[in-house]
Amino acid sequence: MAKSLAQEFFKGLWDEVPPFRLVLGLCPVLAVTKSLYNGAGMGIATTFVLLSSNVLVSALRKAIPSKVRIACYIVIIATFVTIVEFMMKAFAYQLFLELGIFIPLIVVNCIVLGRAEAFASKNGIFRSLLDGLGIGIGFTLSLTALGAVRELLGTGGLTFWKTATEILPESYPKFSFMIEAPGAFVALGLMLCLMNLTGKK
Amino acid sequence: MREIIKMVVVLTVLSCFSGGLLAYINSATEERIGNQVLEFVKGPAVRAIFEDATNDPIADRIQLKDGEIERTFFVGVIDGEPRAVAFETFGKGGYGGDVGLMVGIDVNEDKLIGAGVTTHAETPGMGAKAKTDPSFVAQFEGLAVKDPIKVTKDGGTINAISGATLTSRAVSLAATDAGKIYLRLKPQITEKLKQFQK
Repeated sequence: MAKSLAQEFFKGLWDEVPPFRLVLGLCPVLAVTKSLYNGAGMGIATTFVLLSSNVLVSALRKAIPSKVRIACYIVIIATFVTIVEFMMKAFAYQLFLELGIFIPLIVVNCIVLGRAEAFASKNGIFRSLLDGLGIGIGFTLSLTALGAVRELLGTGGLTFWKTATEILPESYPKFSFMIEAPGAFVALGLMLCLMNLTGKK
Repeated sequence: MREIIKMVVVLTVLSCFSGGLLAYINSATEERIGNQVLEFVKGPAVRAIFEDATNDPIADRIQLKDGEIERTFFVGVIDGEPRAVAFETFGKGGYGGDVGLMVGIDVNEDKLIGAGVTTHAETPGMGAKAKTDPSFVAQFEGLAVKDPIKVTKDGGTINAISGATLTSRAVSLAATDAGKIYLRLKPQITEKLKQFQK
């Protein structure tokens, strides 16, 4: 049962990577992965919330009465989400315009509440920190990968830090279906298929 | 009983702490967020109007009280002289509600030097051309602020966008309104502009 600290961290990167293995938190996964940049931005915002709320929930786990624990977790998570929103408005306003409502909606992302309830409330601070970091990075990489696939197939290029780079040859017909909403389902389905082919579970 | 008290206390303390923290962060980032909003929402229109300005019109701005309303004027330094201001007005009666217009005015000649639509909810391809088609707002350039600005249908000089008379009227109304506000506040504006003189 007891995992080593390294296992606690690495499980989030592959064995329990949220969107592809646990198939959790799909709302932002489908909605904001129009491009690599948006996907990465959303992932980093979620990682910050996950990490901070995991640490705080773990630190307060003995003080929080079990009957109001969910309410307490929500207060903690909502606080960090609002901090992220302020910071994004102040320092990355364009990203904020792109992600819009999905930033406040991190509050109801089931991964964040799920980790608080299932992990941080039962484990020590350091373990919770590693867990939050691992799951967060796994989530970020998933969103980035999905965003990259969709952007590449949809526009024929990728945008790294505001500089657009054409990757596929000029003759590639831009398949703009991939950056529309239905394309998100198709891309996610293909990624899930790939993950299941490589894993044996 | 003890359990209830503990629940109330924990939740209250947690909420108070969180509220306080957020209030602090809000006040710490308020100014920066305000700047960002100006930069990305109004900035493009202001910069388009002040193409020749040598200063940063977003940073050089003044606040003036117009009756109850606080208005923001962006200052344009052209040829080394702070001689133009830009500000936003709203024209009523657009097809999809009020149309926001950023208007630039030359203070020496009391003439419009440019205009640009900022916010609107007009029909794409029709009224929305007021924002996307630069030739429409270009008609406002050089008009005197003291005269009301009207579309040709109403006896004025502005050629309405075809199929979007309502939008064109709303924009003209906003420009006329801007002229009135400007003339009303001109003494304060010229006074404030002096501080940008180098």
